[in-house]
Amino acid sequence: MKVLKIDLSKYRYEVEDRKDLFEEWIGGTGVAVQLLKEEMDLRADPLSEENVIVFAIGPFTSAYPLASKTVAMFKSPLTGNLGESHAGGRTATAIANAGYGAIVIKGKSKKPIYIVVHNDKVYFRDARVIWNIADSLIVGRIIAERESGRGIRTVMRIGGAGNKLVRYACVTTETYRHFGRLGLGAVFGSKNLKGLVVIGRGSRKIPDRHKYKEVYEKILKLALESDAMKKYHLLGTAVNVNPLNQLKALPTKNLKATRFEKAEEISGEALAEHNLGRRVACSHCPIACIHIAALRIPYETEPYFYKTIMISYDYELIYALGSMLGIGSRDGLLKLIHKVEVYGLDAMSTGVCLAWATEALERGLITEKETIVKLSFGDVDAYLKAIDYIVKQPNEFYRVLAQGVEKASEVYGGKEFALAFGKNEMPGYHVGYATHIGYLIGLRHSHLDNAGYSLDQKLKEIPKPQEIVDRLVKEEEWRQVLSSLVVCFFARGVYKPEIVAEAFEALGYETSPEELKMKGEKIYREKLRLKIKMGFDPDSLRLPKRIFETECFHGKLKEEYVKEALRYWKERYVLPLV
Amino acid sequence: MIIIIDMPKRLVIKDIEKCVGCGLCMFACSRRHGEIGNDYSGILPVSLSGFERGATVIFCRACKEPPCAQVCPTNALTPRKGGGVVYREDLCIGCKNCMEACTIGAIFERRNGKPALCIHCGYCANYCPHGVLGFEEVEA
Repeated sequence: MKVLKIDLSKYRYEVEDRKDLFEEWIGGTGVAVQLLKEEMDLRADPLSEENVIVFAIGPFTSAYPLASKTVAMFKSPLTGNLGESHAGGRTATAIANAGYGAIVIKGKSKKPIYIVVHNDKVYFRDARVIWNIADSLIVGRIIAERESGRGIRTVMRIGGAGNKLVRYACVTTETYRHFGRLGLGAVFGSKNLKGLVVIGRGSRKIPDRHKYKEVYEKILKLALESDAMKKYHLLGTAVNVNPLNQLKALPTKNLKATRFEKAEEISGEALAEHNLGRRVACSHCPIACIHIAALRIPYETEPYFYKTIMISYDYELIYALGSMLGIGSRDGLLKLIHKVEVYGLDAMSTGVCLAWATEALERGLITEKETIVKLSFGDVDAYLKAIDYIVKQPNEFYRVLAQGVEKASEVYGGKEFALAFGKNEMPGYHVGYATHIGYLIGLRHSHLDNAGYSLDQKLKEIPKPQEIVDRLVKEEEWRQVLSSLVVCFFARGVYKPEIVAEAFEALGYETSPEELKMKGEKIYREKLRLKIKMGFDPDSLRLPKRIFETECFHGKLKEEYVKEALRYWKERYVLPLV
Repeated sequence: MIIIIDMPKRLVIKDIEKCVGCGLCMFACSRRHGEIGNDYSGILPVSLSGFERGATVIFCRACKEPPCAQVCPTNALTPRKGGGVVYREDLCIGCKNCMEACTIGAIFERRNGKPALCIHCGYCANYCPHGVLGFEEVEA
């Protein structure tokens, strides 16, 4: 596997054969950790020239269905620590077909540019004219029309949020998929990099056609016919809204509640019935879980004129810009999602920041002088304006809010209801202990690190905190294998260790479920070590009081239990690596 | 005596509006050639100026008088019974005339400069998960 290294400071690139890295660390997360270690001064400022971005794919990309993710790794300007974000779309297969296992981006361009990687060539394009276009959809369209490679390319780009260095700006790809979390968009912005196009046409020989076909068919059949992916086949991730609401696990109005009276209105069922207009797929995925709503909006002044916009929705967006903000109208919710999409913001962080700001205003910690517009739960128009302000940053308050809820609550108070974990804004689950312990000890502080929200729903009774930690870490270790293979986590029910080993064998690599699990443990440790080297201190993890005040599926959570879990995690998993 | 006449088949669109742009067809096509990837693929899944407007696939529509065969100087491309062309790669010199000549842009350039195009084998239709593609008999 080859690694393409691009230096924006010198407008140069080189290609290295790094078979060694991929053999030892699989690909994706495993390889990205190593490349970051090799390439970066780990103490660098995330928004400086010294920050490094790695995009990595895996050995199954293009070979098997559902290996459709790309892992981005960088230093996060939101947390000041390791940033890792995964996206679907066509990025992974474009990189694979162009002939690379990873792309490393270093340095900083003097002027705005975007990059085009076309198989073995790299072009640096002038982006001065499009730099200030805030609408990421328009940016994507302009670049797509100007460049070749229709159908075999990915167009990654930032919108206004990345330009303005909002610390939770995302990088958008293929209109609807995102390197969403932890601020990769701001890192692009800081490097004067508006976009990255990869055009890939290429292939490699199948070593054993018979065996390969057999495994391919098996995986495809599992994906299409078993229950392993049924949830994503039908309503998509939005299917979670109603059940979580019933479980008292749907964070509502800045987690003042976990039941939302209007949940039904913004549920996956309601969206499918009233708005679902189309579905699309990531490259090489038969599921097509990307649900796109059609929203018809009349012109403000002229009768019988309409615009119809297509808006991709998922559970996390419905939570962050719906229940968390008390928004119970589908049209309102979709308008907010669209606004966030246009600017290229992380929806979860944006929603949590606005929810905190609303409560801070309610409590008088800030006034309308700060917020400019009167924020109140349920007020769509106010939030639409506030999102403009997060990007445009017309005053000190929004300049601070653009740095995340941790920072905002440091400056203005209200930490007890500032819902961030490891400085990353909260995902949409308040199920129980494993959920929150999962956010805290997860190496990305993401619900997908270890799926604590799912463990909570399976627990018959609450075990000792140590047991929860061990189970979460075990899950996270296996997920390091999946994210190194860059298999979509939604397909985790398909890619069980035995199938993964078989799939490797068909590509000519000997391995076993045991060896894979060991690699998962190793990658987990390497990533944690990298995090520590970047300055991560488990003692600095803050527990927002709010999570102990609002009832969840497990009832009211006890702070001591979570603290005990953190103490154990530190002792058992962190300290041996220091 | 009953004479069974083998009707030629071709790849057809059953319902293009159902396309989700997953590209399983494209990967199937290169697999058919023993390759992982898209270099050999004669079918291209594209978005319609962005996925906001959906997706479609581009491939040979089995012309009765294929312009690509007309401009091929080496007879690497010759008209096929039932429409489209038969492609003999060993005769191809990579002049790219065919790519220029195809009205719908359904001939793609491989890394080696030679064309990748649909020969209506129907393999990809087996992998279309949403009923966009079909493989049907046609009048010769």
